[in-house]
Amino acid sequence: TMAHRFPALTPEQKKELSEIAQRIVANGKGILAADESVGTMGNRLQRIKVENTEENRRQFREILFTVDDSINQSIGGVILFHETLYQKDSQGKLFRTILKEKGIVVGIKLDQGGAPLAGTNGETTIQGLDGLAERCAQYKKDGVDFGKWRAVLRIADQCPSNLAIQENANALARYASICQQNGLVPIVEPEVIPDGDHDLEHCQYVTEKVLAAVYKALNDHHVYLEGTLLKPNMVTGGHACAKKYTPEQVAMATVTALHRTVPAAVPGICFLSGGMSEEDATLNLNAINLSPLPKPWKLSFSYGRALQASALAAWSGKAANKKATQEAFMKRALANRQAAKGQYVHTGSSGAASTQSLFTACYTY
Amino acid sequence: TMPNSYPALSPEQKKELSDIALRIVAPGKGILAADESVGSMAKRLSQIGVENTEENRRLYRQVLFSADDRVKKCIGGVIFFHETLYQKDDNGIPFVRTIQDKGIVVGIKVDKGVVPLAGTDGETTTQGLDGLSERCAQYKKDGADFAKWRCVLKITERTPSALAILENANVLARYASICQQNGIVPIVEPEILPDGDHDLKRCQYVTEKVLAAVYKALSDHHVYLEGTLLKPNMVTPGHACPIKYTPEEIAMATVTALRRTVPPAVPGVTFLSGGQSEEEASLNLNAINRCPLPRPWALTFSYGRALQASALNAWRGQQDNAGAATEEFIKRAEVNGLAAQGKYEGSGEDGGAAAQSLYIANHAY
Repeated sequence: TMAHRFPALTPEQKKELSEIAQRIVANGKGILAADESVGTMGNRLQRIKVENTEENRRQFREILFTVDDSINQSIGGVILFHETLYQKDSQGKLFRTILKEKGIVVGIKLDQGGAPLAGTNGETTIQGLDGLAERCAQYKKDGVDFGKWRAVLRIADQCPSNLAIQENANALARYASICQQNGLVPIVEPEVIPDGDHDLEHCQYVTEKVLAAVYKALNDHHVYLEGTLLKPNMVTGGHACAKKYTPEQVAMATVTALHRTVPAAVPGICFLSGGMSEEDATLNLNAINLSPLPKPWKLSFSYGRALQASALAAWSGKAANKKATQEAFMKRALANRQAAKGQYVHTGSSGAASTQSLFTACYTY
Repeated sequence: TMPNSYPALSPEQKKELSDIALRIVAPGKGILAADESVGSMAKRLSQIGVENTEENRRLYRQVLFSADDRVKKCIGGVIFFHETLYQKDDNGIPFVRTIQDKGIVVGIKVDKGVVPLAGTDGETTTQGLDGLSERCAQYKKDGADFAKWRCVLKITERTPSALAILENANVLARYASICQQNGIVPIVEPEILPDGDHDLKRCQYVTEKVLAAVYKALSDHHVYLEGTLLKPNMVTPGHACPIKYTPEEIAMATVTALRRTVPPAVPGVTFLSGGQSEEEASLNLNAINRCPLPRPWALTFSYGRALQASALNAWRGQQDNAGAATEEFIKRAEVNGLAAQGKYEGSGEDGGAAAQSLYIANHAY
């Protein structure tokens, strides 16, 4: 156990990883999670009655990525799905080139979905470690600088079990280690999903246990924390919980859980939105950044639905709606950047899509 | 595994613990570790030619505890040995009362020394858990609000082993849990000895592994981090290491290790001096507090030898020297109070006892 004679990374590798991570979360910037798998995009497109074809997926992503360059003040990184990394705009320019030219760091979803853990109450681990090093090396060549891997835990009877926590923490740590070996910053996502009727305190307790296990696993696997980012759930009541909580309550529970488990060396924590409406995701992030507890990491966003819902509704599959779509997206991006600085002022004028709950039961993508 | 339905502490208990911890490490304050066992005091007293009797130990502690109000701003807590907790000064006033009247928190050493771990290369764990709850309850009645328990690890080719790390982390977590149940703030001390010829990096690596294990164990045992303090070694090279490092290098290695492992919820880190000379211990603490890395916890001292060496030397068992000896102690206390704020400018003198290395091979007390 003892040798540091086998350092996992050279000083140059560490510097590169650390700089990438800091760039992504600099100055209130956050992440656009545009890495919906084909199946998940299907769900999104179905809501706006658009057919789930490769071309439709390409068109929607093109609208988002060709938005005005000033988006780079709110968005530090974009997570792509594999297909999207190799798609181009209508002029034949690669999306990843467009993003890089805006100064946005390109990331890639690396996990390959869930697999059941036998002997548990429907719990899962995540696949994707096989050949991961080679995949990472190729993605790095293709312009990617960070990866994302989502582990899923749920609160229910006997859940999350010790096995589910340990197994998912271990898989996350293996993934993170492999990423760093290949110059990719790993975003570590141990999502405790909001399904259930548990209260805020219960979610906080579970989140603390999960995060403690994650950071022990990262340490065991010699992962360089300064070259990682965390993508956790906020601490909230379950979706079926009768009690409603204010953003301040969510913020206090969330920051308390983080400050008991996440070492200060981690440069940034980019929350997932997990089915919250666009507005709630922004209000909660803002309250988190106004929390009086010590916050040594950047507290930002890595939002999928909570950045795109209005944009999707505005688009509805029609090229003529491009400008409205881009405006809707830009508006949420700016709002979340302000929230990441604790400066968001709720204007009170939010369209239907922005307050509509984006919860889909037992969400997997 | 899952319910938070069995909270270890009520909100009132948590508040009490958190308030005590914050008082001890209030800005500019640290701890006087005056908890030398009878055996350790034997070594100290023999160095100044004084017989190790209960009366001499009482007289010596009186020298320290009769310090005037100048210590109020730089000493937040004093750790007592059991015997001393029940001793009185020449006027019949219990030492506990004198210390409390200065607004200083009283602490008690509760471990019962190291015992071997069979099958290892001379490694140990620490005993003292039996009846600990009852002892804590009594100490709390008798005026103690915090406790200390020292575990010991050492660096060689094959140590610390996984067993030593795990076992010591576990015993520290059990101790901490029991303390908190009895209203006592546990100081968690996982000391990695400076014995050996290893370099700074090796010490840093080992310190990170040890601290990660400690905080995982504390989480597993449901210890309330806001109501604890950490007493670690600074990250330094081994005593026989040929390379010399500056205080700034020590500070950087130390703060980096802590940032990677100690959650921000921990209110304070009170370093042990471990054989450093008085001046070294102050200079290193000062450099730590000037380190450019963000530091979310208080970084202060819990010094034994590094606060007392000059005082002991000035006293030499003579009552006539008591006043001068007390002055030496106050001086070191004030210096370390400044160092805990990064405000110490250095002594500029090569004072005798202050610079003399206080290293005793394989120190156990």
